[in-house]
Amino acid sequence: MLLIDCPYCGKRPEIEFSYGGEAHVARPADPQALSDDAWAAYLYLRSNPKGRHAERWRHTHGCARFFNAVRDTVSDFFVTTYKVGETPPAEAWPRAAE
Amino acid sequence: MSALRTPTGGRIDRSRKLRFSFDGRSFDGFAGDTLASALLANGVHLVGRSFKYHRPRGILSAGSDEPNALVAVARDAARVTPNLRATQVELYSELRAESQNRFPSLGFDIGVINDVVSPLLPAGFYYKTFKWPAWAWQRLYEPAIRAAAGLGRAPTLPDPDRYISRFAHCDVLVIGAGPAGLAAALVAADAGARVILCDEQAECGGSLLAETAATIDGWPAGDWVATTLATLAANPRVRVLPRTTAFGYFAHNMVGLNERVTDHLAAPPADLPRERLWQVRAAEVVIATGALERPLVFPNNDRPGVMLADAGRTYLLRYGVVPGRRVVIATAHDAAYRAALDLHAAGIAVPLIADLRQTATGDWPEAARAAGIRVRTGAIIATTGGRRRVAWAGVAQPDGGTIEPVPCDALLMSGGWTPSVHLFSQSRGKLRFDAEAQAFLPNLSVERERSAGACRGVFGLTAALADGAAAGEAAAKAAGHGGARAPRMAVTAKAFGGGGLLGPAAGTAAKHAFVDFQNDVTAKDIGLATREGFRSIEHVKRYTTTGMATDQGKTSNMHALGIVAAALDVPLPQVGLTTFRMPYTPVTFGSFAALSRGDLFEPLRRTPLHAQAVAAGAVFEDVGAWKRARYFPRAGEDMHAAVARECVAVRSRAGLFDGSTLGKIEIVGADAAEFLNRMYVNAWSKLGVGRCRYGILCREDGFVADDGVIGRIAADRFHVTTTTGGAARVLALMEDYLQTEWPDLDVWLTSVTEQWAVIALQGPQARDILAPFVAGIDLARAAMPHMSVVEGQVCGIPARLFRVSFTGELGFEINVPADHGPAVWQALMATGAVTPYGTEAMHLLRAEKGYIIVGQETDGTATPDDAGVGWAVARSKRDFVGKRSLARASMAAPARKQLVGLLTEDPNLVLEEGAQLVDDPTQAPPMRLLGHVTSSYYSASLGHSIALAMLSGGRARHGARLFVPMPGGAIAVQVTAPVFYDPEGARLDA
Ligand SMILES: [Zn+2]
Repeated sequence: MLLIDCPYCGKRPEIEFSYGGEAHVARPADPQALSDDAWAAYLYLRSNPKGRHAERWRHTHGCARFFNAVRDTVSDFFVTTYKVGETPPAEAWPRAAE
Repeated sequence: MSALRTPTGGRIDRSRKLRFSFDGRSFDGFAGDTLASALLANGVHLVGRSFKYHRPRGILSAGSDEPNALVAVARDAARVTPNLRATQVELYSELRAESQNRFPSLGFDIGVINDVVSPLLPAGFYYKTFKWPAWAWQRLYEPAIRAAAGLGRAPTLPDPDRYISRFAHCDVLVIGAGPAGLAAALVAADAGARVILCDEQAECGGSLLAETAATIDGWPAGDWVATTLATLAANPRVRVLPRTTAFGYFAHNMVGLNERVTDHLAAPPADLPRERLWQVRAAEVVIATGALERPLVFPNNDRPGVMLADAGRTYLLRYGVVPGRRVVIATAHDAAYRAALDLHAAGIAVPLIADLRQTATGDWPEAARAAGIRVRTGAIIATTGGRRRVAWAGVAQPDGGTIEPVPCDALLMSGGWTPSVHLFSQSRGKLRFDAEAQAFLPNLSVERERSAGACRGVFGLTAALADGAAAGEAAAKAAGHGGARAPRMAVTAKAFGGGGLLGPAAGTAAKHAFVDFQNDVTAKDIGLATREGFRSIEHVKRYTTTGMATDQGKTSNMHALGIVAAALDVPLPQVGLTTFRMPYTPVTFGSFAALSRGDLFEPLRRTPLHAQAVAAGAVFEDVGAWKRARYFPRAGEDMHAAVARECVAVRSRAGLFDGSTLGKIEIVGADAAEFLNRMYVNAWSKLGVGRCRYGILCREDGFVADDGVIGRIAADRFHVTTTTGGAARVLALMEDYLQTEWPDLDVWLTSVTEQWAVIALQGPQARDILAPFVAGIDLARAAMPHMSVVEGQVCGIPARLFRVSFTGELGFEINVPADHGPAVWQALMATGAVTPYGTEAMHLLRAEKGYIIVGQETDGTATPDDAGVGWAVARSKRDFVGKRSLARASMAAPARKQLVGLLTEDPNLVLEEGAQLVDDPTQAPPMRLLGHVTSSYYSASLGHSIALAMLSGGRARHGARLFVPMPGGAIAVQVTAPVFYDPEGARLDA
């Protein structure tokens, strides 16, 4: 069972959390302006990397807040967790610099 | 005293004699014995029959690696534990044990015929033989195999014992309380770390419990163990758990421990659980799990009386039991010389040490020779003889020649030691093969752990103690407790190194040379697998089943690797290594289940009106975790009759329904209406205070996710209802958008599902019945029209009163604080004018009106328009969740499945929900399917069966004649609009 460091509560066992998919996939400001393909890409296409992955978690059975995490999908270890709206340090998640 | 007990010595308590039985025969043992040691002390070596060939088997080991001596221990009919290793079962007074896998008796077993025909049962036998015909598998092969196979038998009665689970946190978890583990715990605790030390055995000490020669800091080994344990026990930061197996290493240093609390007691106290499952989260872990001795692979190496060398030594020194009176030693490693010397010193005849190695030099062989023991090097064991116990060992040269029969009543063997890397490997650490040690050793760690002692190839007492101390110091420091100093322990002990043999010695016949004792896999089977083309050990394992028994190949895996590597002539690491999986040793289901059984298996949700429903005679159904009243039968009524009566009551007078399970979310804040605008397909800004609207919630992909009535309590306050099953999901979806997409909105979401009791009062007389009970509420049609909400009092209780209807009748939903629900329900029931109705009637009444149920009519691929509620979509809104998806061309395709009604031509035929619709029932399969039935009932009010369906292009097919193909023939139906009752809605508006 993973140990997840909620930015609001601290380290808690995985059973208190729910996974929320890839992070930093913002809902388009004006969806109606998007082509079908662009909208489908927003809905369905995710990076699914082997390695560091920025993703959303929710401390459902705790503070109930959503937050972000960088997790290595190979080792299953968390590199960092951070609040919604924050940018992870570039050394934690190289894509942040892109 | 038994002739097979030493006069003194060992850790048994000779003053406490214990009577026990094995297969109905009575024996004596001592406190401190295991079942295995007590049986050996009574001369019982034959303890089981093998799995496949039913060969007689004896006790091989003295620990948890035991593959043969599996027994069932019974306290009573419900407390029968099968497949226990006799080597781990602690003796208690009146213990009852039974052998397994034999029929009719252990001494005479008819399954032994499998051994006679064993040439017909090679590796892969099941795969090759039981392939066809298909029917035979089910009727013939499987029942026969199941009857013949299987180890123990589980009791059929419910388990009467209590099992519990606990969470624990510590700085340093030390797994294994042998010399390395004890030293690690001692040092880590001394540094100030919170330490948990566990060991699978009854006593901590590991190999030190059979150590009579060595001293540590001047103490005899046993005394050092006692002193160390006393030091640890006196430290409040230390918890020592004997009889506790670390069975699984999980992510982020969570280790599962199984503590057997009372199994060793003759009379378990009622206040203790039988087992305790510990979920330990450790900052740092020290793995000190030691090493397991390997057998040797030679023909008939499975005869009772053939035992691991160190096991024989352990029985002698720890339990005071003589494994035999005349003991031949066969070895590929120095360790067996130590056993030979200890036996010799105890006065037991050791006629021969047969060493497979060409030369045997160094301290141990020289000591054996000096003691006068005959050592023959370059010698293999060609076979063994004896009926139910070994009577002689056949010693030969690898290149053949004559076999020298050496009479004996026990044969101790050692193929070297296999470090126990199971937990390290489970932690996903990477192993490397060490050629000198002939073993896989921990290499790259993934978790915050370190191995110490023999489990990482550091053999010998002196080295293991030092390694453990260093590991304890490092672990404590890594957990934030620096400053400890690993003490320098003065040890007198003679060591020996790694090495040994993997696979059989050159020149050894493979037939009946067992590798995996528990699954009856021989060197010949593994050789056959390689000849048949299997290259990877993972494939060889599955084909031959080697290593797949309950012991997971603790004594066999390395031999299997050696045989495959030799057969393929490749370096051993190239063959690969099978995956180590939890549990290290079998763990009971009781332990995993703990308290989650019976009523505690799953949380149950009861509404505030549950007791009232029970009093009214309700039959309940499970809806998610909820118990809901399904119908209220009167004497002599079946469900059909009760539902018909309840529906008539609602349509003609009034019915009372418990709607408390409806999900309820209070949405509050200056931006509450804007938030609803963005979430729901409907328009909310212009909804007046005191008014309600039927809301549809889509997912971003445009498909219906949930629905419910939403009432505006104040300009900045909405009372949102959701489906019973969707409550948590809807709140999570709302929170997701609010927290991550629109954090700027001033909105608060609160689940109030359990705060309100909801009583639906439905029927033409509802207003008149309710009127005497309300205060501050004008129920008149003009003041409180359909789809309105008002706050006031009902029965003197503050209430939110909704005028809404899911039945098509004039109706109210009375929301009162949950604790007051029963009072309101009882007051209304006391009028005598209302009939309680359940979910079954509710479903029927709403179907008569064509009201959908999300999840019944919709299946996650229906748009609002498909479901017949497209009118709710506010197309003029700039955006809402799902709007962009609904704009895709395919979402408006005319052939999409749309909600329709169906009337069977035979009014008494009720369609099956899920049945398919076709236009031509005579077409050849596969038929062209046009849609499916989603809801189907017999409507007593209409005198006709009714159904709702999702039908391709359905709205354009009203009036069409279609068919529902069923096994008994096609049923003709007419497609209609989905509203069967009061299509104008006059009754709603009354
Ligand atoms: Zn939290």
